[in-house]
Amino acid sequence: MASPMIEARGISRRFGRRWALVDVTLSIPRGSTTLIAGRNGSGKSTLLRVLATAIRPTLGSATIQGHDLVAAQQDVRGSVNLLGHAPYSYDPLSALQNLQIAARFLEIESNEAVLRPLLARVGLEGRRHDPVSSFSAGMRKRLSIARVLLRTLPVTLLDEPYANLDAAGFTLIDDLIRDLHQSGSTVLVASHMVDRVAPICDSAVLLEGGRVASIGTGSAVSERISSNPDKTPPRNEQ
Amino acid sequence: MTSPRLSRRLPLLFILVGAALLLCGSYIGLFVAPPERMMGEVQRLMYVHVPTAWNSMLALTFAFIAALAYLIGGAWKWDARMEAGIEVGVVLAFLLCVQGSIWAKPTWGVWWDWDPRLTTTAVLLLAFAGIIALRRFVDDPGRRATWSAVATIIAFADVPIVYFSVKWWNSLHQLQSTPQTVSSAFHLPLRMNAFGILFLMIGWIMLRSRIAQARLESELAPPPAATSFSDNAHATAGGHR
Amino acid sequence: MNQLLAALWKEGLLQWNLRSRFFAVAVFGTTSLLLFSFAIGPSAHALRQYSAGFLWLALLLSSTLTLSESFHAETEHRALEGLLLLQASPRALFYGKAIANWLQLAILGMMLVPIMVVLYDAGTTDLFRLAGIILLGSAGLSAPGTLYAAMVTQARAQQTLLPLLLFPLVVPVLLASVKATSLLILGDPMGQTPSWIGLLLCFNAIYWSLCGLLFGRVVEDS
Repeated sequence: MASPMIEARGISRRFGRRWALVDVTLSIPRGSTTLIAGRNGSGKSTLLRVLATAIRPTLGSATIQGHDLVAAQQDVRGSVNLLGHAPYSYDPLSALQNLQIAARFLEIESNEAVLRPLLARVGLEGRRHDPVSSFSAGMRKRLSIARVLLRTLPVTLLDEPYANLDAAGFTLIDDLIRDLHQSGSTVLVASHMVDRVAPICDSAVLLEGGRVASIGTGSAVSERISSNPDKTPPRNEQ
Repeated sequence: MTSPRLSRRLPLLFILVGAALLLCGSYIGLFVAPPERMMGEVQRLMYVHVPTAWNSMLALTFAFIAALAYLIGGAWKWDARMEAGIEVGVVLAFLLCVQGSIWAKPTWGVWWDWDPRLTTTAVLLLAFAGIIALRRFVDDPGRRATWSAVATIIAFADVPIVYFSVKWWNSLHQLQSTPQTVSSAFHLPLRMNAFGILFLMIGWIMLRSRIAQARLESELAPPPAATSFSDNAHATAGGHR
Repeated sequence: MNQLLAALWKEGLLQWNLRSRFFAVAVFGTTSLLLFSFAIGPSAHALRQYSAGFLWLALLLSSTLTLSESFHAETEHRALEGLLLLQASPRALFYGKAIANWLQLAILGMMLVPIMVVLYDAGTTDLFRLAGIILLGSAGLSAPGTLYAAMVTQARAQQTLLPLLLFPLVVPVLLASVKATSLLILGDPMGQTPSWIGLLLCFNAIYWSLCGLLFGRVVEDS
């Protein structure tokens, strides 16, 4: 059996006195699409940020494609693409300039002719010269998607990809997940929209209060969530 | 290998021995040693001034080494030790400046005479007090430790540069500097005080590190144990659809 | 090297798009020069004597404004983190930012010179050397200033922390720059200027390397 793409052992992360993740252990197979479900504050974003090496785990360890998150951080960054909550954009600059900066640091083609189709794909071609400060939240999200599309990497992490988007944007994300799945990429999608995402996922992980509450098929997890609508997660604080 | 009881009492031991040495040394320096030929009684201040100077630099050097150790190894005890070293160093530097002023007023008629060593100490005092302030404003322990370690290294590297720049700056204006180490035959009180302050400082740093370590331990306490609320905590995501 | 060029290009874009801020800082610097002269009084001789000190104090105070602002765009929407996740080199990011801050301060310094000439009747014909001193002094402020700015943007009470940390550290830069500028304006009979320039070069050599090395630890999560 092929070794898992992502292996997490006992990952815990605290912010001040609050533990956002507690003892998360997961094994994500190569090429699979996994839903990370859970309420607000359940730790979905934190988990993705830890796996993307944006933040370090307080306890525990993880490897992605065999590279340790902390010891081989640069290698992990070369394998993982993150569509995060934060837009990662420079407000004073235009959409095109933001993409060009990313392209330059990636040392790939950065002239307008090459990046324009990318912006067109996410529906920003007409506004490419406008400063990002004038963008709505949805447009910033589209720019982030364009940024992610600059690279094709083995692992893609999507943190609330549908947030702030309109119906056309939803289709954009659906297509993105489908394309990634078909190309054999390993995908983790953190989302509230369980009913939309579960059908296209191989499996789902439910987080509650920073801990792994259950792992199963998308429909099983979806059922569990809908059967416990009012349960508040425990507070992990000293 | 010291027994646990002894290692707990060790800082107290250092402080007691240090205080005793300092008292004896100061007594001898104040009442037994003869007054210096040119300076008179005020010269007796050198018996505490010089040891304080040595030890404040020692404390800050210790902080620098602890900072390096933290950045390289990442062990939390080095952060605790660095915090202790900086605080003790700052207090000693402050005392040094006060002693310098007490010496300068009867000698030169002004409270501050821009002596290179003393001025460097004042700058150091402010630089490291700034690092203490930095630590107060950062809540996350990891970030606090890393940033203050970086700041300590940068401030410490500046010490010789500040000294030389003030020395050159001052050399045109001031013809005399503070008198050299006590040149009389009575090195005994000086040495006693030097060791006295050294032991006090070591005991003090040990106690302070302990306090810092205890605080770190409470900040870094592991997460609470799993309640019955969440089950199935460890599993492998299967490939089923 | 490509990373450094990318960083410099980014800084160029940001500086160009935020050029109105520079104007505000220039006004601040000029106001400071004016206020200092009120502290001394209208004695032309005294003003000329201390003109170098005023220039560098004005530049030092202005630097706190430019430096603390320099990381605002990076942290507002986590742009810096975004670049780090693209495997961008932290060292290149530091040098790009430090060079941009350096040029900003140097240009500000040179802009304040004519003001100094007018207000204090303090000038020199050796503009080349004056420019050199301003470049070296600004560099000395910029390297540690950029490092500390990266720290304080993410901490609380940033406006207080930056000067608190930076000012004691750059005492040698202040001393050397003021002395060298003063000798240029008032005359240097004993040929001391080279030693002060030497000190500035030494400070810059140490701090541009040290801060570049340590920047990665400051911006990465720990």
